[in-house]
Amino acid sequence: MLMKLFTDFMGWIDKRLPVTDAWNKHLAQYPAPKNFNFWYFFGSLAMLVLVNQILTGIWLTMNYEPSGDGAFASIEYIMRDVDFGWLLRYMHSTGASAFFVVVYMHMMRGLMYGSYQKPRELLWIFGMLIFLVLMAEAFMGYLLPWGNMSYWGAQVIISLFGAVPIIGDDLTLWIRGDYVISGATLNRFFALHVIAMPLVLVILVFLHILALHEVGSNNPEGVDIKKPKGSVKPEELSKFTFHKQYSEKYDIVDAVPFHPYYSVKDIMGVAGFLFLFCWVMFFAPEGGGYFMEAPNFTPANGLKTPEHIAPVWYFGPFYTILRVVPDKLLGAVAMFGAIVMLFALPWFDRGTVKSVRYRSKLHLVNLIQFAVCFVVLGALGTMPATPTANLIGVIASFGYFGFFIALWFYSKNENTKPVPERIAD
Amino acid sequence: MKKLIIAATFGMLCSVTTLVSFTAVASGPSIHLDKANNDLSDKESLKKGFKTYVNYCLGCHQLQYQRYNRTFTDLGIEEADGIANYMYSGDKVGGHITNTMPEKEAAKWFGSAPPDLTLEARLRSPDWIYTYLRSFHMDESRPFGVNNTVFKDVGMPHVLQDLQGVSSIDEHGKLSPAMGGRLTTEEYDVVVRDLTNFLEYVGEPNKLERKSIGYGVLIFLFIFFVISYFLKKEYWKDVH
Repeated sequence: MLMKLFTDFMGWIDKRLPVTDAWNKHLAQYPAPKNFNFWYFFGSLAMLVLVNQILTGIWLTMNYEPSGDGAFASIEYIMRDVDFGWLLRYMHSTGASAFFVVVYMHMMRGLMYGSYQKPRELLWIFGMLIFLVLMAEAFMGYLLPWGNMSYWGAQVIISLFGAVPIIGDDLTLWIRGDYVISGATLNRFFALHVIAMPLVLVILVFLHILALHEVGSNNPEGVDIKKPKGSVKPEELSKFTFHKQYSEKYDIVDAVPFHPYYSVKDIMGVAGFLFLFCWVMFFAPEGGGYFMEAPNFTPANGLKTPEHIAPVWYFGPFYTILRVVPDKLLGAVAMFGAIVMLFALPWFDRGTVKSVRYRSKLHLVNLIQFAVCFVVLGALGTMPATPTANLIGVIASFGYFGFFIALWFYSKNENTKPVPERIAD
Repeated sequence: MKKLIIAATFGMLCSVTTLVSFTAVASGPSIHLDKANNDLSDKESLKKGFKTYVNYCLGCHQLQYQRYNRTFTDLGIEEADGIANYMYSGDKVGGHITNTMPEKEAAKWFGSAPPDLTLEARLRSPDWIYTYLRSFHMDESRPFGVNNTVFKDVGMPHVLQDLQGVSSIDEHGKLSPAMGGRLTTEEYDVVVRDLTNFLEYVGEPNKLERKSIGYGVLIFLFIFFVISYFLKKEYWKDVH
């Protein structure tokens, strides 16, 4: 009786909006390679953290006061007087750092298994746009507590735009809305942080997933699970039913429907992730001074510069690249260049073998040195600039850019291993 | 196996290089801080610290984000007792712990206005507060005749001087008691520890609640993880 009611209801809906079809196309009958490993948890985890940020953000907004006079006090009001306000705030602040951990892992996965290569260039570009917007979102959000590190961190980053020739000064004035960082800056950052950026972020995530489902998921072997129609013997076809959008054009092998196979697997990933997340959030919400920096426990003060201005850890790698270049303009160019390189990665890599498993030793070494340099650059970004730090920073910056340059040279005629036809059991 | 070796090498490379860069860069002589060893669950200590704060500190340093009645509840002080013994300013019991010192004048008197101390323990750490309050020494060149080894040329007088007495400093920067106060060194350390404890509490009144909820959450998530692992295994057995 109840079941019939539900079927009738869905029938009524489906005649007007293809809900069941969309559910099947993207979840219940979406062919996902059966060999996803640990690295494939981070996509769904990024989604989880995004939802966390949006929900806790909504409730924080209810009690936050976006003004130079009231912002700092309203945060302490949330921490003390709002029921479980401290929990909402820590979920949001820990979530910000967790977002970058998850996204960096997700990007590393793409690098390892060549998930940016043809035909997934646009998918990669959407991902990079998400990363870019996420950085803007995090940067603006960090100003909102109106602590002294918020203030001076923003001061340093915004002044970067002053390095642009001719229009530099006008540009920084336009961004700040004032001659110094002030309540006016705070208000516009609040507007961008709670409306503009999240909206763009959600749209980009939507496009990222649509683009993914158009080209299909890559996997650790880098082997395509979509074979030309009619090329696979019927008994070797996947035993599952996939949506006709995929199965009409291709013979699908070695795949499982995303739901329920990867939905239950991702729930396991979520449980593991939340365990670590809550560990930090409940027992070390300041993240050892890296998630919440100590000077931020005193209100913004334009006359009192913190002893050591450090951006939040997740900007570390790019901040170090900026800092090791002696010239301000060239430094800014190098920093943005570091991100442009990532955008252009699909065209730096001229190889056709996707997974690091079947590529040359050289590529493996290059990939490892890139990851090491990235971590080192990140660590240096949180530390004061000393001559030694600068020297290490320069070396690591060469490693960072060198990854892309070297890749372009060796990938054309790389000594790769034979890639198997199918994903082994 | 090969994967494992690669992963291990990678992990080691990352941590070694990070460690090397941290030690290579870690710079400058930092001030030695004594361990406060305070205990947030010790309500008697918190009450004594609160009392010391109200008597010695509140005249200049507000706790403008913290309310009286919240403090009473958290520290286990009856409201009537609290109003009689901890509130001298005639404020409302639901009001914030403030004083009436005019900020502009105060800046003239001390060089800069005495800061609010609600978040001091989070800004500088309990160990810093504990050490700072025990590091005043005579210095005739300063307006109040005292200086501090933790916070050089601080604008504040040694407010607890009648308790601690005064220390002198030798050429190596070592402090030794020059004139005794009402308390012995050990007694004074306890007073400062209680005060530090109170300031850590005020910095984050929910700290103990946060941790106790945290244990429950982690236990729940652990069980949830185990169940979700078996659920996944159950679903995947027809694939492998």
